[in-house]
Amino acid sequence: MVKSVLAPVQERGQVNLEKLGLPSRREEAWRLADLKRLEAMASLPPAEGVVEQSWPAVAQAVTRLVIGTEADPLETVQLPEGVSRLSDSELEQALGHTLDRCGCAETWPVELNHAHSRHVVALRVRGSVAPLEIVLAAGSGLVSTRVLLLLEEKAELDLLQVIPAERDHAAPPLAHSHVIEVHLGQEARLRHGLLASASGDASLLAHLAVEQEPRSSYDFVSVCRGWRFGRLEPRVLQVDGQATTRLNGLAMTGGDEQFATHTGVCFQGPEGALDQLQKAVAADRSHSIFNGAIQVPRAAQRTDASQLSRNLLLSSRARVDAKPELEIVADDVRCAHGATVSQLQQDQLFYLRSRGVAADEAAALLLKGYCCEVVDRLPAAAAPWLTSSAVSDPARPL
Amino acid sequence: MIRPDAELLLDISDLHASVEDQPILKGVNLQVRAGEVHAVMGRNGSGKSTLSKILAGHPAYRVTGGSVRYRGDDLFALEPEERARLGVFLGFQYPVEIPGVSNLEFLRVATNARRDAQGRDELDTFEFEDHVHEKLKVVQMDPAFLERSVNQGFSGGEKKRNEILQMALLEPVISILDETDSGLDIDALRIVASGVNQLASPDTASILITHYQRLLDEITPDYVHVMAAGRILRTGGRELALELEQIGYDWVDEQLAAEGVA
Repeated sequence: MVKSVLAPVQERGQVNLEKLGLPSRREEAWRLADLKRLEAMASLPPAEGVVEQSWPAVAQAVTRLVIGTEADPLETVQLPEGVSRLSDSELEQALGHTLDRCGCAETWPVELNHAHSRHVVALRVRGSVAPLEIVLAAGSGLVSTRVLLLLEEKAELDLLQVIPAERDHAAPPLAHSHVIEVHLGQEARLRHGLLASASGDASLLAHLAVEQEPRSSYDFVSVCRGWRFGRLEPRVLQVDGQATTRLNGLAMTGGDEQFATHTGVCFQGPEGALDQLQKAVAADRSHSIFNGAIQVPRAAQRTDASQLSRNLLLSSRARVDAKPELEIVADDVRCAHGATVSQLQQDQLFYLRSRGVAADEAAALLLKGYCCEVVDRLPAAAAPWLTSSAVSDPARPL
Repeated sequence: MIRPDAELLLDISDLHASVEDQPILKGVNLQVRAGEVHAVMGRNGSGKSTLSKILAGHPAYRVTGGSVRYRGDDLFALEPEERARLGVFLGFQYPVEIPGVSNLEFLRVATNARRDAQGRDELDTFEFEDHVHEKLKVVQMDPAFLERSVNQGFSGGEKKRNEILQMALLEPVISILDETDSGLDIDALRIVASGVNQLASPDTASILITHYQRLLDEITPDYVHVMAAGRILRTGGRELALELEQIGYDWVDEQLAAEGVA
């Protein structure tokens, strides 16, 4: 029983949450966060009755799992060949292991998830398997979901996670707490997409902990839009270096939304590689935050890391805070980083207008061009979602 | 082709303009009738490019005096996109790169905006593909460039061909080509010039802004104007361009000095 494995975790989570209290702005990781909204989301009652609205049909050869409801998704779905569910004893052993290794087992968002998650989808992947899609169903109230993935040596998987939280603006508040742990064995490959689209009073706390063995490859693409309060924290640990990590993110904010992306990549061995591009578009009075930590300790010689943060401000009242945080102890490394904040380029706008394209249409084309660098990298299973009404077109003008 | 009774397409009268509060144009007068090819020559900083940007409506340039009438109407009352839809085309000296925006999609949106203004049906994706492939021949352009982002990673010559391709698609009434010849080797120059020649008609006109005679070897102008200090200092026929090739622009300084301008 999954529940019996989770019961002690839940108890511990509740105790720890009490102990920790709400994060404070004195803590560096929460310095810019809107803590009132954090408190409001955490105090929502558990969600009831998730509504499945106009989700697109599942793409061919893709297996869809729906989590966040009371039903056990694995009971009704046939898993693709090579994917199996962990036994209770395996789960007990594996659960929380990667969170621990990544040093985030006891952070507030993770403890919140511990305290509320009633299920965990725990899967083992062997060999090269057909794509998986995990839909994190969201309803009014607080939904907590948890996923654990173990990719064995040389396993290969395309995984798309979707959080379709597009609703009527007058709908009651919705909050989603999500934790996913992933362990990639040697030479394993995971292409991982997260498409999180909301409207109205919606909050998101999503935490990813990823452990990579040597020669594994982890490719993460996140596209988040419309969250009144959001925080995405991907943490990657290359346990012995020699692995490849690619992080691509796009955060779109409008209205009075606040969205924060805190990434952390740690190389615990030599010859690891990181290629990171984080983009943000901020309109109206919204606030976009990016914090990109990279740790290169002495053991991580010949690390090759690059991080680029590009931010587009569409309004003079919007705000962007972007901060690279590089801790480099090893001496023989290449770590490039850069951050830019700009507006739509006047020369590009004029060029389009001089060809008969109306000013607003020109701005929309430029915005689409800006976003597609990340959106186009989502796994193929994202295509039907992007054209459905369940997810807002990420590049639609804010 | 000079026909005194041809339609007056562009009537520039005592045009003054500035950029960042710096006066650049100081009284430009120029009339362009249908069927004519005008060359505007002059040294760097004489105001040639400013004139082209003002006509296209670049927001960084400010009109401070005078008027421009396009087919009888006030050009400055129109937004840049409205000018384009009515047939004013600027070929950029430095075509702008737009990452992430497909060249094909851009060309289709632009073409349909112009067609809509002409009262013609818009072309759907498939019809446009056929249409654009036909027009590619005008500039001998590789269809692969349609799949790329607008001008991104194009060489100088490819960018200019893409400009002339846009001209072919938009079928402008008046084309202002701002140093279309700069940065082109002789083969690319011939291809671009041949494109412009193919697109010329008795109902349209073009203004070629250039430093060099070599473009005018390929496209024969009816009028050659020399700009200096923000206005047209001298106008002649095609022989003026040849003369400039011989004597250069030193006489400009003397004339301006004599007029007490420089």
